[in-house]
This record gives sequence, C-alpha cells and structure tokens, in this order.
Amino acid sequence: MRSKSVVTLAGVSALALYSSMAIGSKYNLPEPQSIIAKDIYDQHMMLLWICLVIFIGVFGVMFYSLLKHRKSLGYKAANFHHSTTVEIIWTVIPCIILLLMAWPATKTIIAMKDTSSPDMTIKATGYQWMWGYDYLQGEGEGISFFSKLSTPRAQIDGKEPRGENYLLEVDNHVVVPVGKKVRIIITANDVIHAWWVPALGVKQDAIPGFIRDSWFTADKPGIYRGQCAELCGKDHGYMPIVVEVMEADEYSKWAEARKASAVKTSMHIEKQ
Amino acid sequence: MAAVHGDVHGHEHDEHHPSGMMRWITTTNHKDIGSMYLWFSFAMFMVGGTLAMGIRAELFQPGIQILEPELFNQFTTLHGLIMVFGAIMPAFVGFANWQVPMMIGAPDMAFARMNNWSFWLLPVAATLLISSFFVPGGAAAGGWTFYPPLSTQGGLGVDLMIFSVHILGASSIMGSINIITTILNMRAPGMTLMKMPMFVWTWLITAYLLVLVMPVLAGVVTMLLTDRHFGTSFFNAAGGGDPVMFQHIFWFFGHPEVYIMILPAFGIVSEIIPTFSRKPLFGYSSMVYATASIAILSCVVWAHHMFTAGMPTVGQLFFMYATMLIAVPTGVKVFNWTATMWRGSMTFETPMLFAIGFIFLFVVGGFSGVICAIVPIDIQVQDTYYVIAHFHYVLVSGALFALFAGVYYWLPKWTGRMYNETLGKAHFWLSMIFFNVTFFVQHFLGLAGMPRRIPDYNIQFADFNMVSSIGAFGFGLTQLLFFYIVINCIRSGEKASQKQWDGATTLEWTHLPTPAPYHSFEKPPIIK
Repeated sequence: MRSKSVVTLAGVSALALYSSMAIGSKYNLPEPQSIIAKDIYDQHMMLLWICLVIFIGVFGVMFYSLLKHRKSLGYKAANFHHSTTVEIIWTVIPCIILLLMAWPATKTIIAMKDTSSPDMTIKATGYQWMWGYDYLQGEGEGISFFSKLSTPRAQIDGKEPRGENYLLEVDNHVVVPVGKKVRIIITANDVIHAWWVPALGVKQDAIPGFIRDSWFTADKPGIYRGQCAELCGKDHGYMPIVVEVMEADEYSKWAEARKASAVKTSMHIEKQ
Repeated sequence: MAAVHGDVHGHEHDEHHPSGMMRWITTTNHKDIGSMYLWFSFAMFMVGGTLAMGIRAELFQPGIQILEPELFNQFTTLHGLIMVFGAIMPAFVGFANWQVPMMIGAPDMAFARMNNWSFWLLPVAATLLISSFFVPGGAAAGGWTFYPPLSTQGGLGVDLMIFSVHILGASSIMGSINIITTILNMRAPGMTLMKMPMFVWTWLITAYLLVLVMPVLAGVVTMLLTDRHFGTSFFNAAGGGDPVMFQHIFWFFGHPEVYIMILPAFGIVSEIIPTFSRKPLFGYSSMVYATASIAILSCVVWAHHMFTAGMPTVGQLFFMYATMLIAVPTGVKVFNWTATMWRGSMTFETPMLFAIGFIFLFVVGGFSGVICAIVPIDIQVQDTYYVIAHFHYVLVSGALFALFAGVYYWLPKWTGRMYNETLGKAHFWLSMIFFNVTFFVQHFLGLAGMPRRIPDYNIQFADFNMVSSIGAFGFGLTQLLFFYIVINCIRSGEKASQKQWDGATTLEWTHLPTPAPYHSFEKPPIIK
C-alpha cells in the first residue's frame, strides 16, 4: 500500500514537473492568462499523457511482434483470426477513456459559452485588413478606434532587422482592466476574420452581417498578442491583435485620456 | 477453389483493341483506365507537390522572398484542391479499377464506356484548374475550402475552380456508381458479401459515401456561382443569406470526403498486413462493421470544422461527442491490424514497410484528431499549423503511404515485373524520415500560435519553419525516386511469378497469371 502511494506521488510530481517545464516553452501552448486558457492548457496536457500511454501500449505490443514474430527468425505463423471477447474489450475500454476526456471538456465548454453579466463589453470588427474596436458598455464606454499593424514595411522586405514583435505589433492596443469579465462582441465588415488571443483562450470567427460573442477575464497585467485566424485575403497575415491588460486605476486613467482626446478631436473637426 | 485458366482466355482477345493513342482514348478496359487514373494522379501529385515546394520555400524564413501574399494564397489553395481532387481521389479510383474486378472474379467493370468517360473528364477539370493561374486576377486564393464572402470577391480563377469542381464531382459520381454496380452484381459465384476482400468492402462503402456527398458539393459550388454572377444571396448577409450556411453545406461534403480518402487506404493496408504476416486478417467482420460505422459517423460530425464559427452549446457538445466516437471503430481497426501481425511470420518487403509506416503515423494523426475534437482545445489549435500537421499525418502518411504500399504490392501483378527492393526500401525510409521532419515540428508551431495560410510570420516561429521546409524539400525529391523505381520496374524489372507474395490469398494472385491478362476473368472462378 505504502509503495503504491510512493509510486503515485512520484508519478504525479514527475507529471507536474514536465507540465511546468512545458509552460512558456515554444513546444506548447502559451502560458495561460485566464481561467479558460488554464483549463484548455490542463486538458491538453492530460490528453497528451493519455495518448502517450495508449501509444506505448499499442506500439509496445506491435514492435514486440515486429521483432519476435519474423519469418527470418523461423517463427511459424499461428492461424487465429478472431476473438469476440478481446474485440469487445478493446471496444469498451476506448469508450471509457473517451468519457474521461469528454467530462472536463464539457464543463469548460459550458463555462466558455457563458457570456452573461460582463463588467464591460467591447465590440471587435474585422476589416480587410485591420481591427476596429468600440467600447460599448462599462468603464470607457464610447471609446472607439482602429488597430493596424505597425511593423514597418522595411522589416517585411528584410531591409531592416526584424524586431521581437515582428508582425505582432499594432498602433492601438485594446486596453482592458485586470480581473474584470470582458465580453467581446465580434463581427466583420467584409469577409470572415477570426479574433484570437491564445494566452486568453479566446478564438471566435468574425462573420460579416452576424454577431458572435466570447469572453475573458485576464489574470494579470501584461501585453498579450494574437493574430487573425481565418483566411481573409491578401494581408491575412498582417492583422494582429494586441490586448493590453492594466491595473484598474491605470485603466481608468487610460480611459479618461482616450475620451478626452476623442472629445478634442471631434471639437477640432467641428471648428474646421 | 476451382482452377481457372485465365491466361488462355485472356490473351486471345489482346489484339482486338486499337494501338497507339487511340488505345488510350477509346479504351473501355478496366486495366487501361486504371493505369491512366494512376498516371494522372501521379502527374497531379507532382503539380501539387511543386506548389507545396513553393509554399515551403516562401516559409523557409520570415519576410516575403519568393511569393507575394496574393500568389502565396493561390499556391496554398491550389495545392489543397489538386492534392485532394487530383492526386489522392483519382489514385484510389485507379486502384479500384485495377483491383476490384480481379479481386471479385469479374471480367471488367460494369459500365465500361462510362468508365472511360469518367476518366477523360479528369484532364479537362485539371486543365481548367491549373490554367486558372494564368487568367487575370490569378487562381482562386480563398483556401481549398473557398469560404464566401472571400471567394465571392475573387476573379475569374474562382469561376474556373467552380467548373473544375463540378466536372471532378461528375467524374467521381460516375466512378462510384460503376464501382457499386460492379461489386454488387459481378462477384464470382460463391463470393458472398462477407467473403469479399477488405479492399473491395472499403471501396463499396466509400463509393456510397461519394454518391451521397458529391452532389452536395456540386450544390454548394453552384450556389456560390449564382451568388457571384446571378444576383442570389445564399451566403450574403446583406441579402438575407448566411456565410456560415456555406460552411455547413461544404463540410457536410467535406467531412465524409476525409473518409473517402482514408477508407480505401484502410482496405489496401488490410490486404497487405495479412499477406506479409502469413496469417488471416484478424476480426474480418469487425473490420467490416468498423468501416461501416466510420462511414455513418462521418456524416454527423461535419460541424467540428466550425467550432470557432460560433454555434449553440448543445451543438458544440453534440459534434464533439460524435467526433470522439469515431476513435472507437478506428481504434478497433488498429487493434485488428496489430492482432493480425501478432504471432505471424512476418517479412518486411516495401509494401509491408509502407503499411506499418501507415499504421504508425496514422495513429499519431488519430491522436491529434482526438485532441482537435475536444472543443476547448480546438478553440486554440483551429486554423493553426497544428491542424495542418494533423491532416497531413492522416492524408500523407495515411492515404499517400497506403497508396505507395498498394503500388509496390500490386506492381508485380500489373506489370509482370518486380521493382527494385533495395530502392523501394530506400524510398520508404527517406519518405518516413523527411515526412516527420516536415510535419512533426508543425505541431509545435501550431501550439505556439502560428496561424495557417500566412506567408510571413513572427521570428519565434523561424527555426521550426526552416526545419519543416528542409524536410519538405527532402520529401519532394524522394518522390522522384519513386518515379524512377516504377519506370525501372516496367522497363527492366525481373520477371515476377504468378504468386509473387507467398502469403497472398486474393483471387488476382491465386487464379490469374502474372502479368494479369487484358480481360481478367472471362469465366468466373467458383468460390467455395
């Protein structure tokens, strides 16, 4: 009994070690920054382990057979060709494994779909080839701007060295406060685009003429980058998404400044 | 089984057909047509492969070097269309043409003239598709799935693509009706359905899937055509339509299509594994039921391609559960193949190597398939390189490897000559290594966040893209070796015997001489 629990403990800690090593590496999903992204990350790791165990089981048997049951070793072929018991077993076991996989996924899907009672609502509109944002509800209501790729053309053409955020930088970040439930309403103006920020676990197609929504609550301040994930024509690769998460008071200052400059601009236009 | 002197009956008719070009244009012979299907698909494989080389060359390093973004999109679109409709599908029809009559003890296909027609439509469709590169505006650039409204924006190239898809669809429907009729009506006496070879079974089920879904594809491209030119608004929200409806209809075709490309591959592998294990296929009837279940399930999972398009929670749950369920019959197949090998007396000629390579890598593609089926994970990996890696594991190391296995397996019967075994093995090992170099790293790219269909990328993706490109060039070059092996076999291979593989049990090996006579069975063999 004791040795069993030691083995279990060793297994769990090894699993935890490998999982933590994978976080932030370029071999895996980006480090999750929201509860949904965390769920996705964990489920992906769980599935990888299950797949690994099945892989070792199936190919362990197959490779043993490949090594031992060779004509060149003088192995004589048996002549069995079915076994109902065995066939039932290997139909039922996968069903059970699938149920184990489906259970957490179902819970996450239900959570992902729950866009009710948000703290703030932002509309994201896909254009060929940039994003437009309108703050519809909550603190910062009324803010509206476009967000375009800011990587200089010279970098794309290779005339300048490429920066760290090459093709993942924009002129205007979508700024949101930390720890607040942000509902994103997504649509498009021309063709289908997709709004995707991996670290926040959000990807939703932007469909012209229709409205879809999703949500996230960012865990900590930072800048999170994503890209359009649905082929939308020539510059599909050049319409990134940058979300900047700020502390609540910083966000308030940003929203005030944004609103003030928006008012100034509109007054300026009226004067002319 | 009663012996049949197929060679005596076969050869006396050889002189009845015209020679030269007219032989190939007017032929109604299943072997001639099968050969043409196979050569056509190889030519398309080379064209699609060249496009892939262009894509990988552009992605070799960040920045735009070779292909401007618009041309890059044309390359990815046509690579997909040509490989799916021009290379993989016709190759399997070529196998069906050659093998189905021989394996069920029939003289030829049921509708010989329609067989000719369904082949000769293909070069027309391929010409339309490839020539679209040279029309104003260039080829279609909206991806092989050509989602509107993007595909509504395209130029003449999109129209050429639509007509090409129509013609390819007509060809496929004719081909499948022919295969269904042949299998159901022309089996040798005593060959009940449950005594048919697995390859014939898988093609029978595939043909039904084709007849079911190709008209749906024809419908959806017609709707796209009328949206583009005749003022309808099926997929235009401004006119009361819905772009997502296109995706539903397209994928109702598109998902069974995936199984159309893999079920005959299962069939080929199910012939090869028992032959080289010298042991009957384990669980024949469960194999048949598994194939049928996969086909039925494949018709109710289409929306798993659309988890990010937005659908009700219940919809996502249903399509997730249904998709996961496919893993069960697919698993049964893999277990059955393993059990067939277990305690066999195995040898590892090239067909067997490709068949084992198929199982090994197809399972990897199956695992990533289950991972993609889980909606929350799919939200992250959909439309990324992870998905690219996933479907190349099932289509290249799945369908294509099975096709290679099948060519090496039946080449002696078709040509009467043996291929060079050493070169064949080299072809396998090079393909195996370069395939994994190309596509395994793409899993990492996708997880790290590289979207698909982009000509340029952030520097964090640079090293894996370079590795992938090097692998792709190697894989492309390796296929020239395959071409050489086949030509070399036809021209100067050693003579093959009637039963070149001692473990083979199907009719073409047991009852027909090598090379197979022009008309397979003039008198049907009796199956006890």
